[in-house]
Amino acid sequence: MQRLPVLGVLLWVCGLFYVGLHLFVGGFLLVRLEVNRTSACQDALQPDLGARLGGPLAPPDFCRPKPRFRRAVLVVIDALKFDFARFDPANAAPRPHENKLPVFGQMVSSRPAHSRLFPFRADPPTTTMQRIKGFTTGSLPTFIDVGNNFASSAILEDNIIHQLGQIGKRMVFMGDDTWESLFPKKFHRSLPFPSFNVKDLHTVDNGILQNLYSTLVGEDWDVLVAHFLGVDHCGHRFGPDHPAMADKLTQMDGVIRSVIERLQDDTLLVVLGDHGMTDSGDHGGESLKETDAALFLYSPSPLFPGPPSEGEPAVVPQTDLVPSLSLLLGSPIPYSSLGQVLLPLFPPHGDASAGLSQREALWVNAKQVNRFLETYSVLARDIPAQRLSELRQHFSRLSAAYLAAEGSGVPSPGLEASLQAYLTSVRETCRATWARFNPLKMAAGLAVLALACLLCLVLSELSGTLVSAGGVLRLPLVAALVAGVFAVAGQLFARGHVEVAWCLAPAAVASELAFLWRARRYRARVSAAVVGNGSGSKVPRATGWTGWLVWLGPRWLLVPPLLVAFLRCASLLSDSYVIAEGRAVTFLVLSLGLYVPVRLNWDGLLLPAAHDPQKPAGLPPSLLPPSAVRKEGATLLAWLGVLVGSLYLSPSFHGCREEQGSCRPSAFLQPLARLQDSQLRNLHYVVSLASLGLWTHLLRRWLRNYGNLNSSGGAVFTARRLLPLLVVCLGLHWAVSATPEDGFRDLTELIGFARLVLPRAAFALLGLGVLLVWLDPVTVFAKTRETAPARGPSSMPPLPPRYRASTGISPQAELHHLIPQIYQRMRRSLEDGGESDGASEADGRPAVEAYGLGTVYSAPLVLFCGLLGVGLLLLHPEGMALAFLLLLLEMGALLHIHASTTTLSGLQGAHSGGFEVPWTPVVLWALASTQFFHATGHLPTFPSLQWSAAFVGFPGGHQGTVLPAAMVALNTFSSHILFAAGCPLLLFWPLVCEVRGSRGGREGTDEGGEDAVMEMRLRESPQRFSSALLQLSTRYLLLLGAQVFASVCAAAILRRHLMVWKVFAPKLMFEASGFLLSSVFLLLAVALVLRVDVAVGRWFRRLLPDADRNGEQGPTAERVGGARWMEDDGWRTTQSGQNVKEQSVMKAWRQVTSTDILGDCNFNPLISGGSSGTIIT
Amino acid sequence: MWDREIKAMASAHAIVASGVFSATVLPSMLVRGFSVYGTHLLWLYSVAGAVAVVNVAVFWLLGISQPTKRHTLSHKLSRLVRSCLYLLLSCLFYHTVVVLYGAPLIESALETFSLAVLLTSLTTLRCLCVLGPNVQAWIRVFSRHGAMTVWDTSLQITVACTVVGAWLGAFPIPLDWDRPWQVWPVSCSLGSLIGFLTGLVAAPMWIHYHRKQLTYKCK
Repeated sequence: MQRLPVLGVLLWVCGLFYVGLHLFVGGFLLVRLEVNRTSACQDALQPDLGARLGGPLAPPDFCRPKPRFRRAVLVVIDALKFDFARFDPANAAPRPHENKLPVFGQMVSSRPAHSRLFPFRADPPTTTMQRIKGFTTGSLPTFIDVGNNFASSAILEDNIIHQLGQIGKRMVFMGDDTWESLFPKKFHRSLPFPSFNVKDLHTVDNGILQNLYSTLVGEDWDVLVAHFLGVDHCGHRFGPDHPAMADKLTQMDGVIRSVIERLQDDTLLVVLGDHGMTDSGDHGGESLKETDAALFLYSPSPLFPGPPSEGEPAVVPQTDLVPSLSLLLGSPIPYSSLGQVLLPLFPPHGDASAGLSQREALWVNAKQVNRFLETYSVLARDIPAQRLSELRQHFSRLSAAYLAAEGSGVPSPGLEASLQAYLTSVRETCRATWARFNPLKMAAGLAVLALACLLCLVLSELSGTLVSAGGVLRLPLVAALVAGVFAVAGQLFARGHVEVAWCLAPAAVASELAFLWRARRYRARVSAAVVGNGSGSKVPRATGWTGWLVWLGPRWLLVPPLLVAFLRCASLLSDSYVIAEGRAVTFLVLSLGLYVPVRLNWDGLLLPAAHDPQKPAGLPPSLLPPSAVRKEGATLLAWLGVLVGSLYLSPSFHGCREEQGSCRPSAFLQPLARLQDSQLRNLHYVVSLASLGLWTHLLRRWLRNYGNLNSSGGAVFTARRLLPLLVVCLGLHWAVSATPEDGFRDLTELIGFARLVLPRAAFALLGLGVLLVWLDPVTVFAKTRETAPARGPSSMPPLPPRYRASTGISPQAELHHLIPQIYQRMRRSLEDGGESDGASEADGRPAVEAYGLGTVYSAPLVLFCGLLGVGLLLLHPEGMALAFLLLLLEMGALLHIHASTTTLSGLQGAHSGGFEVPWTPVVLWALASTQFFHATGHLPTFPSLQWSAAFVGFPGGHQGTVLPAAMVALNTFSSHILFAAGCPLLLFWPLVCEVRGSRGGREGTDEGGEDAVMEMRLRESPQRFSSALLQLSTRYLLLLGAQVFASVCAAAILRRHLMVWKVFAPKLMFEASGFLLSSVFLLLAVALVLRVDVAVGRWFRRLLPDADRNGEQGPTAERVGGARWMEDDGWRTTQSGQNVKEQSVMKAWRQVTSTDILGDCNFNPLISGGSSGTIIT
Repeated sequence: MWDREIKAMASAHAIVASGVFSATVLPSMLVRGFSVYGTHLLWLYSVAGAVAVVNVAVFWLLGISQPTKRHTLSHKLSRLVRSCLYLLLSCLFYHTVVVLYGAPLIESALETFSLAVLLTSLTTLRCLCVLGPNVQAWIRVFSRHGAMTVWDTSLQITVACTVVGAWLGAFPIPLDWDRPWQVWPVSCSLGSLIGFLTGLVAAPMWIHYHRKQLTYKCK
């Protein structure tokens, strides 16, 4: 078979998806590194010069001088758009949101030195959480701020709340409970109110109002933060043009008036909106309507030098609030702040009583920003180096100028402006790096992904032709290379530097287009072949692109499994469905599962065809008796029952999103150590252990049933020894980790040691097992049949014809002794050739039995999945063992349903006989992986990541970040991984289960006829094997890729949606990471299959050493004489004298599908060769 | 012959559909505070009852049902008993399926069971009327070559439409629109009823347009 081309094509397809995702995510998700340093009072932000002069201007400690304001009231009105705050007396017929806040206008006109109203421009993303983070840290938070603890939402970056706390201000907070999660334990007093329910306009506001005024007149506070949510919720619910908005704004007007009345002279009032809203009341994006909020500053004592003048800023960026407030209240500016002080707030010339002068404030500000820039550029490299050096030069010039000006005492007029310019340019640089969507990149990513999906579809349809044509990848790769080189050259020519993303994008698109263009020819070949067969009348022979559309069009979209897949993709565009994803996917899986028997019944395949005398005689009669059909149908329904059962039980393992109000997370998600009731704990432990045991038992039972536990290879060793050992390790680990902290004081050290060692031992065993499976995947055990007694004495003492456990000797010992003999004997019988065929042919029975040959491909894969499952279970809470057992059962059910469907269609002559895996099982498989993502307690949100997985085996924490991240990723996507690794089983299972059908039908008939050859059919036609494998993999990739594409579309289309940062963007991240891991493990599984294929070829060659001489005749498979199948790589049968022996060997392969001869005493039926054996002749 | 049968079917379907409408309209005149959303279960039972009565009456009058070989009273009685048993079993079956699809097991069992009753009256009762209490025949009808009369084909279409309608009816439930028809089981029962009505309209039309292709084997 063609191994490398298949793997190459899959790698190429995965690569295209990765490029598309990389492009989109690069344009959509902006990543910034958090700098976890804090400013302190001792920071020498002032120039040393001051100290030398010894004046009051140069305090050695930053916080000591008396600040201008002792207290501050920060009133945050969520979504207070600037338009709401403006008052236009000329407007005679104001809309509901206009002219409802006259207090600002009145104050500004009546007390110009005390108050100002500015437009306050937020940075995208304009969502409340990001905005609170923005105007408290003074930085530009992006969707992902890579910080030290990803798990909690608490702000670890330096921020004004922290700084104010450091200088001993008592802070009181009331309002939106987001603050409480962002700043846990920072407040002197805190009154959080639930913010989640968008429909609720009044709870938060009324809660604040009940406490606000009494607190204001009291003396136990220095800084008061009140966050009103009503306006925002009103916008979301009704939009700005609604009477409710007018009421809400009028209420806010009253609130501000009352607050102003109660202010004392040393108090500063800041009223601000965190963001604006669109005309429909939403926010999140970057339009001016969303970013422009209002900022109102007021103090009973004069705040500004005079009435508004020309030089004042027209718009205040949101970051500028933090440095201004810090300096006014006498605290250091937070470390990562990028804002510049609001100059009008500072006196133009130094004056000891009025605090810092404008120039001093700017200088302090510039030094702080420069320090941050230096630190950040060391930590992260995303700011262009060229830009960075320009900024550095700018700062050193400024620094020299400032020191000169201070030293000489001569004011230099341009210094303030130049400091401001420096601050602005730093801010703009950072903004360009962190806070801007890149629509071009997003579009390019979308295009690459869409084309990749289309390409997967074409590949899966044309896989047969492609495999036989060969050289499929040449043109696309050349095109990619050419386009990439052109892109590099163009960028170098036009811009002077190269951005990798913009080289990958044209390369990917070019290679996709080249393939699609090339595929037209393949399609022509397919349709020609179909027409040639005479059955292609339905296929339209249109050519060109319209032909493509016809070919891919309605024929496709109307198939129910694809309809279900489409529904699944469409559901990713709705936030409600993403929130309810776990149940929605379960619903779809159940629907498609129930569709299978209904469809079979519709085609008349589920039940044996009724005896119908009027049936036209031309129809082929049913290939099998009704009893076999009935039995197969019953099997199908039984497995359907298993599927339905596991579907019904799986939601009980779901976790809960915060959006799901009345949901309670599954009790199994709690680690055992946290259960208080010791009886319950024991019960949970026993249940988990039992499911783990059952998992292992089922695996081993399956392997033994198909005779895969008999040989002495690496894979068998893994299954027989390592797997149980692994399970024991896991069970002990659970027991140890479930012990309460202070349960066994004497054994603390031992327990600590066990916590460290047991999981690590399990990891080591797992690694060893996977390695062994990879190195020696063949689980076939070959042995000669007991031949005619006439030959026995001549060669060696005859073996006992039947082995009975009742001989008195230990059966195990005797078997161990027996096996080498059998093997020797088999070798000998092969070596002396001719005579043995005479015997075996006379006998009519085969001469060699190969245990487990029928499942030679699936056994290592099943073992691999089983090992992987146990390993992934290790990273989960103990209770999830039950969920993993359900996963295994559901996998089995899906495989058996697929196998039974194939058998039923095959039995009644409705199946083409190819290895093609239809859409229904593949769609079910892909949906089940999402279903169990939820049913193993995961959710597509960041707070729900199971961080404890990173500490399994590393109770003391980690040094680096790669290993814990990998462990958490493995934990999160374990279901994706397992289903992807098991995906090729869909191809093998109908062949594995084929035996049953044939055996049922052929009892009593001659054994030499058509026999079950199980997976050897694949070796019989390697071409079709390759194409089926390629088709299955591309279909699976297509389904996964379509889901990724849908969530990418959701993120792109709904980037203004209220829920974009809460639902869609995390969903996109999870979907993309799931795709990444799925595709990697799918590739691994395919590689394992190909590895097995190589190993099987080698195994055949080893059994027939002298056959190598004929090997040079070419590796093609051929049917000659009586041999039903042969090897493609190594030897083939010819009519020469030599091959008589080979033919006999070939005739003699016997597939035995029974019992573990080493472990069990079930030796009898094997040697007697009863019904459990099937012959390949 | 075709025309006659199709006309008979169309009129029968029209009667059934009018039964559904009157079951919605009449109680609103008679019962105070009756509404489809508010007193949903009442509406549901009235529709289910109306459909059942009209169906049985129409099929009995038209004489579609399988002619029985024996006309003894005991035979008729046993058929009646078996029919009732099947109806009950069908209610339980639908209830189970709906629960498996994710309906709450205990909390709103009455609502779920009412939906099952509605589905039974829309599908199983029709099967009973057309095919008699014979599960083998029911399974046989739902295969490609299983229909033996025009009525079998119409049965296929209406049942499929009803079930698909109920299935589609579950789709709006997770949405956060807070509409009265998103409450369990309103959307599903509305969906199944709309599907049923669609099936009633679609069946005669489909048969009419495909009358050339339709060939029925005799029993």
